[in-house]
Amino acid sequence: MPAANPISESSKAPGIIFENAEKRFGSLVALRRLSLEIASGEFVVLVGPNGSGKTTLLRLSALLSRPTGGKVTVGNSDGAAQADVKSKIGMVGHATMVYDELTAEENLTFFARLYNLSDPRRRATEALEPAGLADRAGDLVRTFSRGMRQRLAIARALLAGPTLLLLDEPAAGLDRDGAAWLAGTLVRLRSAGATVLMSSHGQSESLTLATRAIEMRGGTVVADSGAGGDLGSIIERGAGAHSSESSTAGQR
Amino acid sequence: MNAPRAALAILGKELRAEFRSFELLTSTLVFVLIVVFVFSFAFDPSAAESRRFGPGLLWIALLFAGSLMLQPCFSRERVNDTLGGLRLAPIAPVAILAGKILANFLFLTLVEAALLPIFGVLYNIPLVPVAGQLALIMLMGTVGVATIGTVFSAIASHARMRELLLPLLLLPALAPVLLASTELTAGILADPPELRTAWLVIVGAFDIMFLTATWLFGEYLLEE
Repeated sequence: MPAANPISESSKAPGIIFENAEKRFGSLVALRRLSLEIASGEFVVLVGPNGSGKTTLLRLSALLSRPTGGKVTVGNSDGAAQADVKSKIGMVGHATMVYDELTAEENLTFFARLYNLSDPRRRATEALEPAGLADRAGDLVRTFSRGMRQRLAIARALLAGPTLLLLDEPAAGLDRDGAAWLAGTLVRLRSAGATVLMSSHGQSESLTLATRAIEMRGGTVVADSGAGGDLGSIIERGAGAHSSESSTAGQR
Repeated sequence: MNAPRAALAILGKELRAEFRSFELLTSTLVFVLIVVFVFSFAFDPSAAESRRFGPGLLWIALLFAGSLMLQPCFSRERVNDTLGGLRLAPIAPVAILAGKILANFLFLTLVEAALLPIFGVLYNIPLVPVAGQLALIMLMGTVGVATIGTVFSAIASHARMRELLLPLLLLPALAPVLLASTELTAGILADPPELRTAWLVIVGAFDIMFLTATWLFGEYLLEE
């Protein structure tokens, strides 16, 4: 199985700096005056209950959203350099960011074109193989199962060889093989020096790769292993918060 | 990737998706045909009445076609957050709008190409003698409808009541282009035909104004 998208040694992974960053949606404050620095090459796991601000933090880091207060800097993301920084970002969000009305290969070929990759079709084929979707390359995405869509979403995020990977519960919907592929990919990315920021509910095997854990509640950081907190206990608390949410939801 | 190439890639994606299902083209064409058929049978206009009211009817039908066709332009991109996928890519935001405008322009042009001969027959208006001038008017009017419609589709896609909001925004914004295009069409269908250049300048000015505004402010239109 070919190793897809190795990170070039010369391309330094971008870091992220939040300076009193705030994000409001009308009267709702999703992120409160957050100050945080994620260094290049860190593997950070974000834990916390639903609505704690993890997804907002990831979307700000992806430059998909602007803060309503304060500042977010991703690499050197000012002005003309933004396209350069964007080419280094790969993101797996809650939604798959792929087109249902296109085939898996057409989706990846299209995104490879937008990332100005050489021979987009070949790059798409190469990305589908490790994702286990090579035999379904010509099928419309609307015929895919939830897990297959998630594999395609991950393949899309990895397509251009990102050095900053933003993952919002990437293991959601994946079967055991899919989760193992994701974990293997993250191991490779970490050893290549990529910066990884991943939100998780504490059940992914990828959590063992974390070099830092951040717990969020109410739009702010309540614990950070990079600032003296214990990595293992923060992750455990994140898993605990999720279990209690799941069991409450199950009782409803 | 430079903006023109990115816009062409997005245009290619739009065409591929549409020509696979023909959902948008078929439904829009059926709708505008129903509009011109209903008016034709309801009023049974004479040749003189057709020349007088036909141009207005034609552009109203095209306004309906536009609001129907442009509605899913951006709301469809929200289903799987594919707009997020486009905005993540290292391309200028204006390229996303440009690709969408080009696609909508092509789809509207295809609908017009199918509609015009039927309109000519139903309303007993010979279009062949003025085909060149009519093509110019349709081209300029359609650029306006596609540009303004795409921009407002992007704006409306953020709203909860987006299905209602787009036609409400579109009608007043398109009024100058529709009025000028109707006057131009009426002019070339009059006896003797004349190309009213003042109206042509108005349509051209609106096209340039909205294309420039899209280029300048496109980034803000697509923001969350």
